Amino acid sequence: MPANRFNGFTDYGIGIGLRIPHYDHILTKKPVVDWFEIISENFMIDAGRPLRVLDQILDQYRVVQHGVSMYFGSAEPLAREHLRRLKTLVKRTKTPWLSDHLCWGSVDGTYTHDLLPMPYTFEAARLTARKIREVRDYLEVPVCVENVSSYAEYHVSEMTEWEFLTEVAEAADCGILLDVNNIYVSSFNHRFNPMDYVENVPHHRVAQIHIAGHSKYRKYILDTHDHPVIDPVWKLYETAIRRCGPTATLLEWDDHIPSFEEVHAEALKADRFLRAVADTRASAGVPGSAESQLVLP
Amino acid sequence: MNLAQIQRKMARALFAPLAPGYRMRRRAPGGGSMRRYAASFIKPNDRLTSFERLEIYNRQYWFRVLTCLADDFPGLRAVLGEKQFDRLSEAYLAECPSRSFTLRNLGSRLPAWIEKHPAFVRPHTRLALDMVRLEWAEIVAFDGPRETPLQPQDLVEGFDPRMKLPVQPYITLLELQYPVDDLLLEVNKGSEDGEAASNAVSDRRKRASVRRFRALKPQPIFLAVHRNDDSVYFRRLEPEAFSLLAALRDRKSIAAAVAGAFRKSAIPVTERAETVREWFELWSALGWFCRPSARAASA
Repeated sequence: MPANRFNGFTDYGIGIGLRIPHYDHILTKKPVVDWFEIISENFMIDAGRPLRVLDQILDQYRVVQHGVSMYFGSAEPLAREHLRRLKTLVKRTKTPWLSDHLCWGSVDGTYTHDLLPMPYTFEAARLTARKIREVRDYLEVPVCVENVSSYAEYHVSEMTEWEFLTEVAEAADCGILLDVNNIYVSSFNHRFNPMDYVENVPHHRVAQIHIAGHSKYRKYILDTHDHPVIDPVWKLYETAIRRCGPTATLLEWDDHIPSFEEVHAEALKADRFLRAVADTRASAGVPGSAESQLVLP
Repeated sequence: MNLAQIQRKMARALFAPLAPGYRMRRRAPGGGSMRRYAASFIKPNDRLTSFERLEIYNRQYWFRVLTCLADDFPGLRAVLGEKQFDRLSEAYLAECPSRSFTLRNLGSRLPAWIEKHPAFVRPHTRLALDMVRLEWAEIVAFDGPRETPLQPQDLVEGFDPRMKLPVQPYITLLELQYPVDDLLLEVNKGSEDGEAASNAVSDRRKRASVRRFRALKPQPIFLAVHRNDDSVYFRRLEPEAFSLLAALRDRKSIAAAVAGAFRKSAIPVTERAETVREWFELWSALGWFCRPSARAASA
């Protein structure tokens, strides 16, 4: 797996999201899973059962934190209490990197609890990059931003979504959590070629990939994380790892959650793509990503 | 339009309650047409108008927060019935939208809000208030902060009746007019059973339950909502025990708390010392007292 400075030089493989219906199975059966992704906000609490379960998981598994409410793109300043609690959790999990979304979701201290799309403007990119740097400096851990699914675009946008993602990531010097399902969903909703997106992001910054299922309606697709991954998304995934190298991959399944075995089996489908890419790269003599070649001796 | 202006504009549309049929309202915040409002900053595409694209987010917002409130307050929902609960939820959320990064706190202001707006729970005002307080207390007990518990060695220097013993912050003491603890346990059990039942059976049960819950007779109880081994419990207390704990929570000294607890008590004077000893033994075993800081102990 490509270790780079955006994922803390780790080589994580295929992980799944840690979800409540699976707690008992994981703690009693102790299945072999490369790593779990947790939703940070679920554990940014003072005490109680969630933290006890987390500690038991941490005893046996590698955990990476993924957030849903940092709102790097909100025009208002970062919430200090949020950051303080997040730092406490980072110390507990020792997450090698931390991700949240390239979106906004709060206004004047009021929260929508949604991942709202950014206007793709240079002003928004500058502000967002500044906040990402602040978070990284405060938490002292690499930060990655994830592209979101969206259902609306703004008149004021000055560039494509992937240009905006690149602009922000370069200005913040941060990593990217590339969600190929979100790319697919947005490409349908906004009529662009999803391959253009995958081809044009800065591949050396991709630290992690998300895969997921979605719900298709007549006029649009909703990112619901409640179905298996569809073939066109696997195709995007394959292209992404060909460009980025075999990358830490996580399956998200958040609603109508099936058994642990079913979710894990769906995630492990990524393995054949990862192996194929790893074999190709090995036969071509490529040890890892472009960035890791520059950094490692 | 700069970033802050766009975000305020979109947020105003999102926070506007839905129209009947779960559609976005046709009137924009502040007046005028919502179609024009949406078109002023959202691009249409070949399948959806600006209004329809904005509506997706408006609906998502309300579905998310309404579902969250219903999940957190199943007892209140059972007492009021679905329609009245939905009306209350929408009015509450319109006035008290989330001010926290976590949805865990979405209902934190609901007990106080219901006190200010009793019309939304009439004619079951007292029952609803008791239930909402209990359900918020349950959330606090589930993951509220826990201080280092008092240990016997903390008292090795001798017991001082002037000492103050702080009660754990995750514990809520409730004086209630209805036995809503039993009711909530029944609601929770019903929802577990309902998962295995068909929709028709489940709906009939719900209607029957609402009628039965509303017929509940008043019966004053004193309750400590607490956590033990990471599970939440409702513990009924004698009035004197409740009074004593409430006084300690309010940072009165042990001596003052004990004296106040028995002021109107029917417990014979000869039995009081032993009763207090038993209470303290139990509460200490449950970790209900925090270790008093040196400063707090001498204050």
